[in-house]
Amino acid sequence: MIDSAHLPVLQVVVPLVCAPLIVLVRGSRAGWAIAVAASVFFLGASIAILMEVQRAGVISYAIGSWPAPWGIEYRIDAANAFMLVLLGFVAAVVAPYAWASVRVEVPRENHYLFYALYCLALAGLGGITVTGDAFNLFVFLEISSLASYVLIALDRDRRALLAAYQYLILGTIGATFIVIGVGLLYLMTGTLNLADIATRLGDVRQSRPVLAALAFLTVGISLKAALFPLHMWLPGAYAHAPSAVSALLAATATKVSVYVLLRFYFSVFGTTTVFTAMPMGDVLLALSIVAMIVASIAAFFQSDLKRLLAYSSVAQIGYITLGVSFASATGLTGGIVHLFNHGVTKGALFMLAGTIVFRLGSTRLDRMAGLARSMPITCAGIVVGGLGLIGVPGTAGFVSKWYLVLAAIEAGAWGIAFVVVASSMIAVAYVWRFVEVAYFRAPSDETSRLKEGPAALLVPAGILLAASVYFGLVPSLTLGAASGAAEALLAGPR
Amino acid sequence: MRNYLVLRVAAKIVVPFMLLFALYVQFHGDFGPGGGFQAGVILAAAFVFFALIFGLPTTRRLVPDRLVETGIAAGVLVYAGVGFIGLLLGGNYLDYFVLDRDPAHGQHRGIFWVEVGVCLTVSSVMLKIFYMFAGRRRREDDA
Amino acid sequence: MSALGHFSYWVTIFLLVAGLFIVIARGNLVKKLIGLSIFQTSVYLLYIAPGKLIGGTAPIVGTGITVYSNPLPHVLILTAIVVGIATLALGLALVVRIRESYGSVEEDEILRAEEAALRDEAT
Repeated sequence: MIDSAHLPVLQVVVPLVCAPLIVLVRGSRAGWAIAVAASVFFLGASIAILMEVQRAGVISYAIGSWPAPWGIEYRIDAANAFMLVLLGFVAAVVAPYAWASVRVEVPRENHYLFYALYCLALAGLGGITVTGDAFNLFVFLEISSLASYVLIALDRDRRALLAAYQYLILGTIGATFIVIGVGLLYLMTGTLNLADIATRLGDVRQSRPVLAALAFLTVGISLKAALFPLHMWLPGAYAHAPSAVSALLAATATKVSVYVLLRFYFSVFGTTTVFTAMPMGDVLLALSIVAMIVASIAAFFQSDLKRLLAYSSVAQIGYITLGVSFASATGLTGGIVHLFNHGVTKGALFMLAGTIVFRLGSTRLDRMAGLARSMPITCAGIVVGGLGLIGVPGTAGFVSKWYLVLAAIEAGAWGIAFVVVASSMIAVAYVWRFVEVAYFRAPSDETSRLKEGPAALLVPAGILLAASVYFGLVPSLTLGAASGAAEALLAGPR
Repeated sequence: MRNYLVLRVAAKIVVPFMLLFALYVQFHGDFGPGGGFQAGVILAAAFVFFALIFGLPTTRRLVPDRLVETGIAAGVLVYAGVGFIGLLLGGNYLDYFVLDRDPAHGQHRGIFWVEVGVCLTVSSVMLKIFYMFAGRRRREDDA
Repeated sequence: MSALGHFSYWVTIFLLVAGLFIVIARGNLVKKLIGLSIFQTSVYLLYIAPGKLIGGTAPIVGTGITVYSNPLPHVLILTAIVVGIATLALGLALVVRIRESYGSVEEDEILRAEEAALRDEAT
C-alpha cells in the first residue's frame, strides 16, 4: 500500500485533491471539515518528513518514476523541511479558526469556495517548498498566488477587491520576472532541475545571461516576498482580506518567497556569484535596513490595527533578509529562525485582530477605545504578541533578533546591530499605540457593550501565541532546525 | 440572434462538427499535436457559439451551472486519481509505467485518462468563465 | 552574430518593456490587464524562439528524421499560457466587481471615491 516514502508528494496532492472535493460537496460545514483534515494531515506529514530528513539526510522523490534531471523531482533537505513544518503548523491552527471568522467576514454563498481556495493555497505553498524543479516552482507559485488573490477578494468590504487587484498586478509582474530568470537559466544550462542547474552552471556561472537571471529572479522574488521598495501590495492585501486569510498569508506566503530566494541564492547560484561577483549582499543589507526603519515608522502612523500589523510585517521581512545578507552561518540561522518565529507571532496577532473584527466589526484604532475592559483576553494576547514583535526577552522575537545582532557583530558591523535595536524601539512605539487606545482610554458606548471573543477564535490564536512564547523560552528546537537549514544551504555550490 | 434563420440553421449544422472536431483533437493527442487543453477549449467554444446564437438561458438549461462546476472539480479528481492509482499499484505518484503489464501501454493508458481529466476541467472552466461574464448585466442606473 | 541575428530577442524585449509600460502608465484597470498580458506574452517568445532548430521537425518519431525541435519549451509555455489566461480571467472578474461597487474602472476616480469614503467614516 501507500507508505511513508510517498509523503513528499502526498503533502502537496492531498490538499490539492481536497479543493475539488469541497467544490463537489458544496456544504460550508463539510468544506470546513475537509480543509481542517487536509491541514492537519499536512502538519503530520511535514513533521514526519522533518524527522526523516534529520535522520537520513536529503529526500528525493521522482514524480512519475522519471529519474531526476528528466522528470520533476521533489527534493527536501533541512531547509525546506523546516519551512514545511511552519506551513503545516500555521495552516493546522488557522483552518479551525476560519470557521467562526469566515461566517462573519465572507458572504454565506462563498463559504465552500473559501475552503476550497484555502486548500489550493496550502497545496501551492507546499508545492513551492518541496519542489526541486524551477518551472514547477513557478506553477505552484501561481497556484498559491491565484488562490490568495481570490481569498483576499472574498471579503465583504469593497476595498478588498481593489487590494486583490493591486496584488494581482504586482504578483503577476513578480511571477513573470521569475519565469524570465528561470528561462535564462534554462537557456544557459538546458535543464530545469535546480540541483542540476547548479552543477551545470560550472564555467558559465558568471556569464552575463546568468547574472541577468540572478537579477530577474531577485526582483521577482522580492516582489512576492514584499521586500521593502516592492511591498506596496502588502498593506492593502493584509488589511482588507478576511482575517483568517491575513493570518495564513502573513505567516506563510511571504516567508515561502523568502525561502525561494534562499534556495536560488545558496543552492543554485552559489555564494561567490551572489555575494562577491554581484553586490547582492550589500543591496539586501541596505534595503533591509531601510525596511526595518521606514516600515516601522509607517506602522506607527496607521489608524487601523490590521494595517499597522501589515506594515510591521514589511519591517520584519527586513530582519529576515538582513540575516540573509550576511551570508554567514549565524546570520542565516538568525534569518531562518526569525522567519519561523515571526510567522508564528504575526499569525497569532492577525487571528486576534480577527477576533476584534468578529465583535467590533472593524479594526480601526479609534473605535477600540477601552476595549481591554470588555475583551481582556484578546487585548492581553495582542500585547503578548506585540512584545514578541518588539523582541522582549522571553518571547520568540528575542531569540531571532539576538542572533541577528550576533551576526552583525560577527561581521564587525556594530552600526547594524544598533539599527536592529533602534528599529525594535520603534516597534515599542507602534505596539504602544494599541495599548494606549485599548487600556488607557475610557470605553465608548460601543466597546463597553461588547463581549469577549468566542473560544473558537481564541483557542487557535492562543495556541500560536503560546508557541511564540514557548519558542522564546525553549529556543533549542527551532534554533537546532534553523541552524541545520542554514548548514544545508551553505553547503551549496560556492 | 435567434430570430435570424440563416444563423440558426448554420449553427445547427456547425455545432455537431465542432464537437466532433474536439473529440478528434482529444484522441489525436496520442499521435500528434492535440490533447486535452486544445480539445477542451474547442468543446467549450462549441457551447459558447451555441449560446451566442440561441441565447444564454437556453444554453444554461442545456448545460446547467451545477454541471459545469462539477466538471471543473471532477476533471482535477480524474487527473489526481490516475496519480493515486499509480501509487496503489506500487509506483511513484503519477507513475504510468505500472498501469499495464507493458510499460509502454501503461504510458498510453495513463496519458489517456489524464487528458480526459484535462479536457473535462478546461472545457468546464472556459464555459464557467463565459457564463460568469455573459451572465452579468450592466445595471441601467450606473451606465 | 549581428544585432539582426538576435531579432527574436529584440521583439521579446520590445514586448516586455511595452507591456510593463502600459501596466505602469495607464490608469484604466482593463488597460492595465492588457499591458500585463503583453508583458507575459514576451516571455512566451523568450522560451519558444530558442527551442526551434533550423531544419528541425516536430518532435514525433518517424523514419528518416534526425533533427527535432526542442519540445520542452512548448510544454512549459503551454502551462504558462494557461496560467496567463487564469490570471487575466481573474483580473477581469475583479474589474467587473470593482466597477459594480465603485461605478468606475479608472484608478484615479476609484481612489477619489475611496478617500471620500474614508473621510465620511472618520467624521
